[in-house]
Amino acid sequence: MTTVPGLRGRAAASAISAALFVALVALLPLVLDDFEASQYAYVAIYFIAICGLNILTGYTGQISLGHGAFMAVGGYTTAILAAKAGVPYLLTIPLAGIVAGVAGLLLAVPALRLSGLYLALATFGVALATPALIKKYPDLTGGSTGLSFDLVSAPSWLGLSTNDWFYYLTWTIALCSLAAAWLLLRGRTGRAFRAVRDSEVAAVSFGVHLPTYKMLAFSVSAFYAGIAGALFAIVNLSYVSPETFALRLSVYLVVGTVAAGLGSLWGIVFGALLIEWLTVPSFEVATVSRTDLVDIVNAVARTSIDPQALGISDFVFGAVLIGVMLLLPTGAGGLLRRGVTALTDRLYTRGRPTS
Amino acid sequence: MPLLELHDVHARYGETRALHGVSFSIEEGSTLALLGANGAGKTTTLRAISSTVRKTGEITFEGRSIARKSTEAIARLGVTHVPQGRGIIGDLTVEDNLRLGAYTRRDRAVVKADTARILEQFPRLAERYGQAAGTLSGGEQQMLALGRALLQRPRLVMLDEPSLGLAPLVVREIFDTLERLNREEGLTVLVVEQDAAIALRTCRDACVLEVGRVVLSGPSEELRADESIRKAYLGY
Amino acid sequence: MLAFTWTDFAQQVVSGLATGSIYASLALAIVIIYRSTGVINFAQGEMAMFSTFIAWWLIADPGGPELHLWIGFALTLAISFAGGVALERLVIRPVEGAPVLTIVMVTLGLGIALFGLAAWIWGADTKRFPSAFSTRTVDLGGVIFSIQDVGFIAVTFAAVFCLWLFFRYTKVGLGLRAAAGSRDASRLLGVRVSWMLALAWGLAAMLGALSGVMAAPTIFLDPNMMRGVLLYAFAAAVLGGLDSPIGAVVGGLVLGVTLNLLGTYVSFFGGEMRLVGGLVVILGVLYFRPAGLFGKTAVRRV
Repeated sequence: MTTVPGLRGRAAASAISAALFVALVALLPLVLDDFEASQYAYVAIYFIAICGLNILTGYTGQISLGHGAFMAVGGYTTAILAAKAGVPYLLTIPLAGIVAGVAGLLLAVPALRLSGLYLALATFGVALATPALIKKYPDLTGGSTGLSFDLVSAPSWLGLSTNDWFYYLTWTIALCSLAAAWLLLRGRTGRAFRAVRDSEVAAVSFGVHLPTYKMLAFSVSAFYAGIAGALFAIVNLSYVSPETFALRLSVYLVVGTVAAGLGSLWGIVFGALLIEWLTVPSFEVATVSRTDLVDIVNAVARTSIDPQALGISDFVFGAVLIGVMLLLPTGAGGLLRRGVTALTDRLYTRGRPTS
Repeated sequence: MPLLELHDVHARYGETRALHGVSFSIEEGSTLALLGANGAGKTTTLRAISSTVRKTGEITFEGRSIARKSTEAIARLGVTHVPQGRGIIGDLTVEDNLRLGAYTRRDRAVVKADTARILEQFPRLAERYGQAAGTLSGGEQQMLALGRALLQRPRLVMLDEPSLGLAPLVVREIFDTLERLNREEGLTVLVVEQDAAIALRTCRDACVLEVGRVVLSGPSEELRADESIRKAYLGY
Repeated sequence: MLAFTWTDFAQQVVSGLATGSIYASLALAIVIIYRSTGVINFAQGEMAMFSTFIAWWLIADPGGPELHLWIGFALTLAISFAGGVALERLVIRPVEGAPVLTIVMVTLGLGIALFGLAAWIWGADTKRFPSAFSTRTVDLGGVIFSIQDVGFIAVTFAAVFCLWLFFRYTKVGLGLRAAAGSRDASRLLGVRVSWMLALAWGLAAMLGALSGVMAAPTIFLDPNMMRGVLLYAFAAAVLGGLDSPIGAVVGGLVLGVTLNLLGTYVSFFGGEMRLVGGLVVILGVLYFRPAGLFGKTAVRRV
């Protein structure tokens, strides 16, 4: 029995980096202060959402610009259940995921007939229209003023601060989500998804029942987004409003997914970090924050742009996005994968790898 | 000095090499048939000349190198390429397609006269003047492509498989027109053809390609006369 | 439900046509870009908003040149044209052959960058924008029309007519239509295709400026201004057929009138719910008749 050169090496490399990652997540709070812990909780939330969106866009090739809407469904489910029905917040999380998953299933029905640009257009419309829909039923959703529920605090027997609790709660769920996605994508389902992405026509000829897998991809990714939304509501000091999940968020999610590298689970950390870095001016990755970037520009171009000024963060975001798209079409995950493959090929085979 | 000259031209589609060093030349006012089996590289040669495929090598037109020029620039120099499938823009009308032929010309009065002449020559085009070009039959589209090419007043016209999918009578008409234009107006013609017989009858010279290289060239008379050549390379 | 009278109905139709003109111009911009470059420009709304801010600076900003309104408008059109051409060359051309998602990302990024730039330069507070026509009303046989509405409809028709003349009768217009039909065939005819594509973006930018300048007097100028209009413009373009310019205009007008009538006579559809109406149009048309009313290419179905 022959094995593909380097494949065992790849599997070993993946396992090692997975273990490293879990260790990193577990130990990071020791070096973070309280505020930073809450920021990294948001990173975990984006991580979950990107995981789901990665399944949809990365593995099946369907473009959704509307996943912020599914996060909204999840966030509002949590808020409504907690505020109006007194459901304990932990229980609302899976429920939010399920409600969002059902919403994803419903959207999948018209989406079955669309692909590429048309699907992007339709989901863009969903994202644009969602705040309006939320405001239409103020009795249920609190309308423009938003909805609050009881503030969450850490369980007393753990002895953690609230922010640390947020960190561990979100990251535990994030790691479980990652594991679940990995299991889902390993076998036949993953292969079917990839077949759909590469060529719908070919996939059908291989016996893949297109509607089933498309709907599965949509509802699973919506489920993940719902969970992310529920956690967002909790970490956001138990408050949601139509502006919390505006169109901007859907764009951020797709950006994070693309930055993660379509079809690769390991760039997701990068993608999640990127979103938090782009949305919070002072957030530091490798001690560089967006504010620092603007300072560099000021120094070089002799300008005096205030990094906190209105609009600068958006302008930087847009410009960086365009720049990255022009330079790196396959995203960080693609780079990562190419790097890892080359390394393990050299470790585990003699001579040059067969291509 | 020949009107068009190719020297050691290589071309490829992605990783696949299609031309392996093609060299030949055409004198002004002459007619050349480019022959060979399917996949020999005939279409690719025309594409190399009009720069619609990636290539290396030397290509000169009227003594000046056109190897690094863009497709548009080459067309504006007077090299008209009528591609396989005719290159008709289906969404536009027959009238608009013809107008496109005169796109780079500035002599409006002469254009009008030319257009009238072409419509006289191809009455079917006059009948369908306002129709969308995509609704025309194969033969009519070929006439439209030819008419449009003539409106460009080219120095050199290159046609890729003009006989493809057309009735023999229509094919005869097209080649007669080409021959007449060459005779009366000195139009230089380069024709790629699978149908070697009619190409050899119309064109004075011929070049045979095989697997991306020129294997035979010379006056059509000679190629037609030699039975072994005909059987080996031309299929009849 | 409001009681029905013919005069009310006629008034609502006219004001619906005026709103529809705003949608139609932006929809036409989207269709021109889609038809010639195959790109759906998600930044069309923000481009229009930016043009409108430039117009505001030229005409109404006390710190600016304070030009006469029509002069300022003409200048805005010229600047928008140049801006559109520049954007196509700098941002769109480099990603020409790239996968769909890359191009989507680029236009989204462009939109957000323009939004941020506008907010940084001019601030987020709403500004009042002067109208080219007075808001006085005129009584015609019992039916009351606003001069502004009629003016906007007239200007839009004039713009569309000029564009039609341009496409139909000029050489450059022919070249653009050819490039939209087949780039390869056009190149072989000597058409400078890449400049045609830049031209398409320039024209679309001008149409966006028109749309924004008409919308601003009513919905007030701020960086978020065109977001809702963009949704309606997409709905109009989809309704008319994404590759049909006539469809965009007809779609815009039909949508304007329909949403206005619905908003007046069916209380459920007041205010923000019309956005949902726009979404329903998009999803519905793409589901039942993807080519729209006048379009040709159907969405590929497996």
